Amino acid sequence: MSNHVKDAGHGSLHSYLVGFALSVILTLIPFWLVLGDVIDNKVWAVVFIFTLGGAQMLVHIHYFLHVSLKVDEGWQVMSMVLTILLLVIVLAGSIWVMFNLDENMMPAHDRIERARALQ
Amino acid sequence: MMTDSPVNDASKFYVLDEPHHDADHAHEPPTMLGFWVYLMSDCLIFGILFATYAVLGQNYAAGPSPADLFDIEMILVATFALLFSSVTFGFAVLRMDHGDQRGTLFWLVVTGLFGAAFLYLEYQEFSHLWHLGATPMASAFLSSFFFLVGTHGLHVTAGSIWLVVLLIQLSQHGLTPANTRRVMCLSLFWHFLDLIWIGVYSLVYLTGVLL
Repeated sequence: MSNHVKDAGHGSLHSYLVGFALSVILTLIPFWLVLGDVIDNKVWAVVFIFTLGGAQMLVHIHYFLHVSLKVDEGWQVMSMVLTILLLVIVLAGSIWVMFNLDENMMPAHDRIERARALQ
Repeated sequence: MMTDSPVNDASKFYVLDEPHHDADHAHEPPTMLGFWVYLMSDCLIFGILFATYAVLGQNYAAGPSPADLFDIEMILVATFALLFSSVTFGFAVLRMDHGDQRGTLFWLVVTGLFGAAFLYLEYQEFSHLWHLGATPMASAFLSSFFFLVGTHGLHVTAGSIWLVVLLIQLSQHGLTPANTRRVMCLSLFWHFLDLIWIGVYSLVYLTGVLL
């Protein structure tokens, strides 16, 4: 096997160390946000956690899994893109539908009180 | 069609030597793409479990909530155990590329030890929850929690068993093409489980404790 062939699938010491350093940073920040109680606004804290988590997933895909358009004539990336598309549909669809169902089918406490007052 | 094939080749149902019909593209055996497609289907399983947890994770049924149960510092240690094991598996693959069998075995053993540390911490957590009465039967939150985290833990357990078997195969037969392929498949599997764990600690543990 020639050298460029090894780099395509197996990575190098440099790529593993860069991936590891980025992963450590991207792991420590969200844990610090929660353990240190840094952000008062919880919605923003959750947004930060998922952004950093998504970034770390990209780091793993590039530096550890070595996903590349060159591998298997692009079929590796194609199958991954299809999987991500299905995941987005399943996750976003489930959360959206079930959130609306909860909103409409499970009356909140204040709405029950209001209905009682009207009687 | 089966009758046309020679009888003495009937036991060899797999291709012993990968056909190298195209010099530019024949660097990865087709097994790697097949295993990758399996990982993608596994990814869909986890996606469904994540969706289930995202929908049910706030239904405590007057039982304990994530903030009452989870020890984030312990989860941080488990996360780093898995991250270290991912990197040491990378080192094993690099040693394998250099044809260094002892180095490969050494880093695979280190990987296995980090994996075992992760599994030990998960076992501690689950038994702690069980003693508190926070079982899967307690609420929809705990059902989906044990289903998601337990499935991940089962995968790590299966990967660890595979790792032990691979260590035996490597020490008996050395870095043969078949063993090299197996190491590359397990490497993908192991890194993939670390990637799934990022989703688990972000959604289940960190977000759970915050909200």
